Amino acid sequence: MSQAWATHPSQLLLRAAERGARRSRSTGRRRLVLISGLVMLGIAIIAILGAPLIVSKSPTAIDVLHPLAPPLTSGHLVGTDQYGRDILARILYGGRIDLAIAFGATSVTLVFGTVVGLIAGYFGGWVDSLLMRIVDLFFAFPFLVLIIAIIAMLGPSIFNMFVAIWITSWVSYARIMRAQTVVAKKQQYVLAARTLGYGRARIMLRHILPNTASAVIIFSMVDAIGNIILAASLGFLGLGAQPPTPEWGTMISDGQNYILSSWWLATLPGVAIVFVGVAFSLIGDGLADLLRSGDR
Amino acid sequence: MADPLLTARDLHTYLATGQGVVRAVDGVSLTVAEAEVLGIVGESGCGKTVTCRTIMGLMSRRTAYSSGQVIYHPRGGDSILDLPQRELQKLRGTQLAMIFQDPMTALNPVTSIGSQLTEAVTAHARLTRQQAHDRAVELLTRVGIPAPERRMHDYPFQFSGGMLQRALIAIALASSPRLLLADEPTTSLDVIIQDQILSLLLELQRDTGMSMILVSHDLAVITEVCERIIVMYGGQVVEEGDTATIITAPSDPYTKALLEALPQGGHRGALRSIPGAPPSLIDTPAGCRFVPRCPLAMHECTGWVTELVETGRPGHRARCWRHHEVGRARVWQASDSA
Repeated sequence: MSQAWATHPSQLLLRAAERGARRSRSTGRRRLVLISGLVMLGIAIIAILGAPLIVSKSPTAIDVLHPLAPPLTSGHLVGTDQYGRDILARILYGGRIDLAIAFGATSVTLVFGTVVGLIAGYFGGWVDSLLMRIVDLFFAFPFLVLIIAIIAMLGPSIFNMFVAIWITSWVSYARIMRAQTVVAKKQQYVLAARTLGYGRARIMLRHILPNTASAVIIFSMVDAIGNIILAASLGFLGLGAQPPTPEWGTMISDGQNYILSSWWLATLPGVAIVFVGVAFSLIGDGLADLLRSGDR
Repeated sequence: MADPLLTARDLHTYLATGQGVVRAVDGVSLTVAEAEVLGIVGESGCGKTVTCRTIMGLMSRRTAYSSGQVIYHPRGGDSILDLPQRELQKLRGTQLAMIFQDPMTALNPVTSIGSQLTEAVTAHARLTRQQAHDRAVELLTRVGIPAPERRMHDYPFQFSGGMLQRALIAIALASSPRLLLADEPTTSLDVIIQDQILSLLLELQRDTGMSMILVSHDLAVITEVCERIIVMYGGQVVEEGDTATIITAPSDPYTKALLEALPQGGHRGALRSIPGAPPSLIDTPAGCRFVPRCPLAMHECTGWVTELVETGRPGHRARCWRHHEVGRARVWQASDSA
């Protein structure tokens, strides 16, 4: 008798409904990931843009009386560095450069790499071969070495750091986008678009791009973290922001000499990097789930 | 016959594959008259789809090698295959249209039906946003989609197969084409929807006076809808003629076999089929391609290049040396009882 009940249609419906509920709950959890990432990034952006309102001190002002003051010193909430500069001010002002790298460097490479990949994938043939060989050329070099070489040529400055990233890191986007485009262009809706007499540009931008963009968008979030860390690394190596400009990597680099006696110099900018990095990766994860489940 | 609208002359399309050169279309000639419904029938892999795509200039020039002429008569006597890409694109968007076998995949999955329709409407005409919207709604109404205003916002996955095919037809009609190529438009739909879509296509064809090439592997569908039929086998036309002639006096053994394979109403028993499979189109031997499956095959059928020959009936031609015997031959019935 129980056998009969187990397969009763209403039972099946009920089970299906439960599955649906479980799925929507997990969709909610995925949204939560995205939202928490956005909130964290929002906090970081507000704090960094609103730095003049939060701290009254200049990031380069030297307080000769209180060098290496530990956190919670009166007047310096998270302490000072070896010159007595306020660490909180330096972290907040320094974040401007790091976030500019995250957005500025990433968005340019995202757009450029996507367009190159789209063209290579859609046109195929010698266009594809040529563009992908150029991409291979960039991949063949160790990434950091290439960037350092470019900066060495152009001279160390923040703008040149942007240029170096623009030149080198579009290649990943091009490769991802090309692979996606090659798959998408075989789809029947692309053939259908061609029968309607649509031009290549229209087919690429309106029909292929919307179907393939999710991969590069998700990757760009990972890449943004990578670029922040890259900016910090270059700062650490002395190839990025030059003193006394505050920048997280440069601050870590400066603080490492004092790491045993005054941990806060190097650690706190590191925490800031981790905070922003986690925010971006949560957004990336959330977007990935959202875009993937949105497909169907 | 009325004035010709489109003529394909000695069309060849060879595809380069890893195994060799596939002669997908091997010397196909056909003509569609104004306001005519032409049927192309044949098994899968006979080159029907490639023929359509060649006519539309859709085969990739890198992997497919085409020769022959496609003449679109309103444009004059030059082959449209030689037109520059841009001109051909314009022709495709305004004069020729095509609908596909699988409506599920022929629409962009991430864009709403409405915006795909308005895109088709505005692609080759200057219209305001409002005009384009109105025209799109009108088209959806025309193809029988209920509550078109509301459905404009839906995405392809929210449509059923039949509805999607209707939407695709609407998109194809957006530019009021003179010729519609329907490549197996009903193959992936169930029989009832199939019938609805066919009636819709016929109705639209009659109302707009456009010509239509209907491609199908289903001879029943073709005979029901088309005035003239082309039977394809192995990348070649094996028979062409009026529907009535083809049904009553098939003159190519392949056509005859296809007709025999149709289930008869009220007739119970095993369905008849044609033994064997269509030939590989790589390294095809000279001579008739149906020989291995043909009950009428004789020594002369191999080795000699075959041609379409007049059977004596008006506009009726078949690619068979023994075309006069096909109608009379008893071999099919004999093999059935065996």
